[in-house]
Amino acid sequence: MNSAVALQTTLPILIPLVAGALSLVVWRSRQLQRGISVLGTGALLLASIWLLLSVYDNGIQVMYAGNWPAPFGIVLVADLLSSIMVLLTGITGLATAIYSLATISKKHEHYGYYPLMHLLLAGVNGAFLTGDIFNLYVWFEVMLVASFALLILGGERAQMEGAIKYVTLNLVSSAIFLSAIGLLYGLTGTLNMADLAVKLAEHQNNPMVQVVAMLFLMAFGIKAGAFPLFFWLPASYHTPRVAVSSLFAGLLTKVGVYALFRVFTLIFPLGDSLIRDLLLAMAGATMLVGVLGAAAQFEFRRILSFHIISQIGYMLMGLALYTPLAIIGGVFYIIHHIIVKSNLFLISGLVYRLQGSYDLKQLGGLWRSHPMIAVLFLIPALSLAGLPPLSGFFGKFIVIKAGVEAQHWWLVGIALLVGLLTLYSMIKIWAEVFWKAMPEGATAPAQQRGGTGLMVLTIAALAALTVLIGVAAEPVYKLAEYTAAQLLDSQSYIQSVMGVR
Amino acid sequence: MSTLLATAVGVLYATAIYLILRRSIVKLVIGLVLLSNAANLLIFTSSGLTRYAPPLIPEGASVVVDGIVADPLAQALILTAIVIGFGVLAFAVVLIHRAYEVVKADDMDQMKDTDT
Repeated sequence: MNSAVALQTTLPILIPLVAGALSLVVWRSRQLQRGISVLGTGALLLASIWLLLSVYDNGIQVMYAGNWPAPFGIVLVADLLSSIMVLLTGITGLATAIYSLATISKKHEHYGYYPLMHLLLAGVNGAFLTGDIFNLYVWFEVMLVASFALLILGGERAQMEGAIKYVTLNLVSSAIFLSAIGLLYGLTGTLNMADLAVKLAEHQNNPMVQVVAMLFLMAFGIKAGAFPLFFWLPASYHTPRVAVSSLFAGLLTKVGVYALFRVFTLIFPLGDSLIRDLLLAMAGATMLVGVLGAAAQFEFRRILSFHIISQIGYMLMGLALYTPLAIIGGVFYIIHHIIVKSNLFLISGLVYRLQGSYDLKQLGGLWRSHPMIAVLFLIPALSLAGLPPLSGFFGKFIVIKAGVEAQHWWLVGIALLVGLLTLYSMIKIWAEVFWKAMPEGATAPAQQRGGTGLMVLTIAALAALTVLIGVAAEPVYKLAEYTAAQLLDSQSYIQSVMGVR
Repeated sequence: MSTLLATAVGVLYATAIYLILRRSIVKLVIGLVLLSNAANLLIFTSSGLTRYAPPLIPEGASVVVDGIVADPLAQALILTAIVIGFGVLAFAVVLIHRAYEVVKADDMDQMKDTDT
């Protein structure tokens, strides 16, 4: 193992951990904490770009912790999917850190907002990079504990109520995950994911394998917010600070989706199993229920929360169809979704700063007063709905084309219908917040206006990225294509980790 | 012995789920405690029970040992899970305390403000 590989794979975890620790050291100085948060997330972004470039050039990178050979020690494995996810974490992290400078109040900074944010990023990156199933559980918990604390920062009533549901369902999910690991270890005697894939191939006909796979589906389904396990998400995501909502919306459910992609391509390849049929049905129901939930809402962030769920459905559809094209679509969709969804939440925060409400009925007239913000909203909103030439169009197009090729007509029908309903929902926000006149009796926000420069800057940068993914879709598609090929060729993953035998 | 433990694990899971489904948030947290303990005991049971076989390999022996040796890894996993579970539960207890202070009720049905 050379030291460059070791550095590449551990830096995305180490940088946020060190940044978090440093922010704790300078607990009393808000200015230093703010500086560290921007520098730390900036360094994280650079490290993740370095990792992705290296994985793209040299294939799967493996780091053996403590130099223990593969099945015995813990390994960090960076394949293309992991490094893409780490890069997206870097982008979202930096955007959130800059946005936080303008939006997080003094009180929240004193409660330790920045250290918690870094800890969350460390947990997310750890989950993406680890190649050990129990280690994955540990990183999940690191991420969860940080997210619990971020969720209730401020201690308002709505936050407490949302947090109880969030905490309970996520702990239940962790317990199911842990039980599944226990059963799997009893079955195979190993925890290394590559080794598990090898060992489980010998247990093809054991019904216990199906049980364990079901447990994983349940556990990660809760984390990903899939139907019918998503109820914690719309109950809690609109309660914390906007920067926190945005970070959660971009990253947390996607860790669940990533885990589903990893487990059901490597450890339990889907093939023609019962699980695959179940996942197909879940994908359809997730899309439909999410978008219908959003249609009934009139609170900015609750609409967006329900749309997270419906978008998760598209990613699951990509996984469940399990053809090379479908996996490409799923990966493309994840790349597009994380950037767009974080941005939409950031915009809801900007609107709140300008008009003091999240309730669509209380808002209005922004097109006249702030036309540029209205345009900045339209870019991610139309991208979410899937209008060409924005990034969402290509994501939807690939997934749906894969559905047509696999002749899953009802799923294709749902995906198209949901695209239409998403457009309806985004146009609803557009019409209520930007187009209609400011309602009578609505009051301007009592809080100080403060600068919106940094907020607009972050939003504009993410919107530019959305346009870029849409315009330059081909390189992104190529990247997704290599990623899908790597995911479906589990032998190369196994050989990279275990060494050639 | 493993039948007995398996039954205990099953009873623990059932009790935990019953308590989590109750309206009282105190019972909810007790349910979560039991759930994490059930998972730990499940790891312990499913990785195989061995008696009078310490996880030691005699000096000079090759990697493959004759006879039964206890598996120390399962216990390491449980230890990790206990520590994590303890930290998370400490948080959950503080959370329900704060929720009780803010909502002034020990009742999930009073906590519907964020659902509509």
